[in-house]
Amino acid sequence: MTAAPRARGGEGKAGAGVLALNGVTRRFGEYTAVDNVSVEVGPGELLALVGASGSGKTTTLRIAAGYESPDSGTVTLGGEDITRVPPERRGFGMVFQHYALFPHMPVEENVAFGLEARGVGKSERLEKARAALVSVGLAGAGGRAIQSLSGGEQQRVALARALVIEPRALLLDEPLSNLDPTLRQAMRDDLRAMLRRVGVPALFVTHDQEDAFAIADRIAILKKGKLLQVGTPEELYETPATPEVASFIGRGTMVSATDKGSTATVTIGGRTRELAVKRPQGTPSRYEKAFVVLRPEALELSNQAGDASWPGRVVNRRFAGGVIVYRVELADGIGVDVESASGNAHEDENVGVSPGKGPFPIVPG
Amino acid sequence: MKGAFRRQSFLIALPVILLLLWTVVYPNVAVIVGSFEDGLGHWREFAASPADREALWTSLVISVASVFASLAIGVPLAFLLGRFDFPGRRLLRAVATLPAALPPLVGVIAFLFLYGESGLITRIVQRVLGMSEAPWRLKGVSAIVFVHAYTMYVYVFLFVSAGLERFDATLDEAASGLGASTAQRLRRVTLPLLMPAVAGSALLVFMNALGSFSAPYVFGGGLRVLSTQILASKTNGALGLAYVETTVLTLSAVSGLLLFRWLDRKRKYTLASKGGRKRRVIRSRQVQILTSIGAAVIVIALVLPHLMVVLVSFARDGVWTTQVLPPEYTLENYRRLFSEAELWRPITNSVSMALVATAGNLVVCFLCAYLIVFRKFAGRRLLELLVALPWAIPATAIALGLAATFNRNDLLSARVLLVGTFWILPLAYFIRDIPLVASAVEGSLRQMDASLEDAARGLGASWMLTMRRVILPAARPGLVAGCLLAAVTAVGEFVASVVLYTHANRPISMEILAQLRALAFGTSAAYSVLLILLVLLMTLAARSFEERLA
Repeated sequence: MTAAPRARGGEGKAGAGVLALNGVTRRFGEYTAVDNVSVEVGPGELLALVGASGSGKTTTLRIAAGYESPDSGTVTLGGEDITRVPPERRGFGMVFQHYALFPHMPVEENVAFGLEARGVGKSERLEKARAALVSVGLAGAGGRAIQSLSGGEQQRVALARALVIEPRALLLDEPLSNLDPTLRQAMRDDLRAMLRRVGVPALFVTHDQEDAFAIADRIAILKKGKLLQVGTPEELYETPATPEVASFIGRGTMVSATDKGSTATVTIGGRTRELAVKRPQGTPSRYEKAFVVLRPEALELSNQAGDASWPGRVVNRRFAGGVIVYRVELADGIGVDVESASGNAHEDENVGVSPGKGPFPIVPG
Repeated sequence: MKGAFRRQSFLIALPVILLLLWTVVYPNVAVIVGSFEDGLGHWREFAASPADREALWTSLVISVASVFASLAIGVPLAFLLGRFDFPGRRLLRAVATLPAALPPLVGVIAFLFLYGESGLITRIVQRVLGMSEAPWRLKGVSAIVFVHAYTMYVYVFLFVSAGLERFDATLDEAASGLGASTAQRLRRVTLPLLMPAVAGSALLVFMNALGSFSAPYVFGGGLRVLSTQILASKTNGALGLAYVETTVLTLSAVSGLLLFRWLDRKRKYTLASKGGRKRRVIRSRQVQILTSIGAAVIVIALVLPHLMVVLVSFARDGVWTTQVLPPEYTLENYRRLFSEAELWRPITNSVSMALVATAGNLVVCFLCAYLIVFRKFAGRRLLELLVALPWAIPATAIALGLAATFNRNDLLSARVLLVGTFWILPLAYFIRDIPLVASAVEGSLRQMDASLEDAARGLGASWMLTMRRVILPAARPGLVAGCLLAAVTAVGEFVASVVLYTHANRPISMEILAQLRALAFGTSAAYSVLLILLVLLMTLAARSFEERLA
């Protein structure tokens, strides 16, 4: 990749400004944690920074919050350069990974702390704190001790604390990672609804693509400090820009292909098929070397290996809700997952796998 | 911000570092420089003096012997209390740390009352055996090691007990499942895993014994050790020689420290698990009886010094001569302490000097711990070193350094006249307690989630508000506990005091010694009881604050 792709700003409510990182770089000694990253988050938009650990997503978030300053590049809000503004004067609401609730203060004092820092009188700030607690579904919890709260409740308190200061932007570091799986499912919808209501740019970090899909309007994928691609979940799934994005988002097998522009040919075990392909806007119309991504739901399984299909053998059969997922070994050591509504193939059976009508994602090799 | 933040950290750290360089490092450098004021002359003098060579050798022998004696008592006791259940266990556990509640000088005096030539136990043994003379004399190396073992085994006991508590019971079960016998498990699993605790406590005993002053001073007899030699040389006006002796003592302590570090260097594992091992109930009736009798004997031996000091504090001064127990009892000793100005004076002296010192510890150690735990800046490692340094330097050496540095007004060499004033002792107490208070605060702050400070700033809090509402509350348990313990050690401090005190600001410990020399045993014991009560009170208060932290 030559230039880092640049995100579009969302179209949100008027009045609030766009939060933008412009070509931000942060080095720790020899190590470049964040490498020329540019993203924009519009008012009311939810953008997820997604990547494995060490991808630089948390450092990027901390730069947005002001806890780290970039070696180069700027942070702007509504066009105003805030790169050198310290966190205590940014007016952002931040939810920390482990929530960072003050253990020696009851819930309402935690929530009211930002107002205390702004010199709001005691009765007024506690009143506002209680209202904020109501808005996150914790009415009446104001007097409780932090230690008495469940993980989900702590998360809501942290959110209320970030919201009560009427932040100009919201930043969330792995907001769901400390919740158990069932709670996590429920919290995704709640979180999305609550962030929506605030109407300010919201940037959150996660390593979990399902969290990102469930909450975010757009997703930015980071790897080793570099921004690989930004887009809606659908865009990333249907038209990944790189093999890394393709493998990170959703399942699928990448097979090498000959790129012909709007189609590509794939040869497995001597049988060549021509597939319709699709690539993101702004990328070359033909790749020198290319891979096509064979997603499980874009393949079809037949009991007989006909001319139109690649022959293979079922090595594993797994029930996944409404469909059956078959692991099929094709020729040349290529294995694919195939989703099928009919469950009549069994393990060790010889089958045929044929591509659907596509279009299939194509990425540079 | 990053830059600004670092700059701010540095601006807070700079005065603290300068203060520590001035009060902790500079005096010791002055001593080392002073030892060379005559070229190598004083060093030749030291090397040629049989007394000094004997003192160095005796100091080392006493230290090593104290380590082994403390291990011999502390390790079995920790196993007994940690692994077995028997009648009387809880009582024994409750009194096992009691020797730590004796200020150094008081412990020595208690032993004098018990095991000295006219002591209670000595007299009883003498009567029982029908001897015409005392069966032993509480003098020399063995006497010193005896007292050290009593007061210092507590370190070993506490470290090993803590190690046993964290010991993962499944490791032992795994070993027995693999066919290891009890002895094999002890030798191959339990003891190796407890080595860090054993080594850590052994180092603590070594350092304490090397710097120990009270025991050699009171009943060393003609015996010379380095710490007492230093005071003798200083009193005789042989300052250059005192500087050499101090340098040698400090070097011995530091090499001991490095040696232990080096021996412990290979350790890569820690005992992290929650133990959860059940104590074994002793079933055999005979063993149970034997254990309980043994426990009773130990309990009596541990409590006796405290009881004896309390008893003697009610004895009329000057009447206890050849009897087994003092013949006459009175409240007079206590009444005089509170009513006679000359006797009341040391108490107000000690309390006010301890308060000043502790106030200094409170501010400086809080800042140090905050900087060390939460800030990154050039000089952080230096600050860590400075904070730990007073721990490695024997108190006599610290005191002599202060005497050598703050003995005149000379702003060019950063000297201020403090010797002979009220301020020199609080300064010495302050320096001695820096590691204690700073590590207590560090412990509290390390339990705090570092992102709390970020969270407060992100919510718009200024540095002062963050300090007041977030950092201080988090530091409070350690700060309070550390300061209480610091105040208590300062009130009873003896070793630095004996080098630096003047008649006007004499602390309680010096008055105890003076009364003892005047054979006013009752009065000196009454002071000692006051100190013990103070220690117990403050320790309990400190413990309740530490429990809040948990």
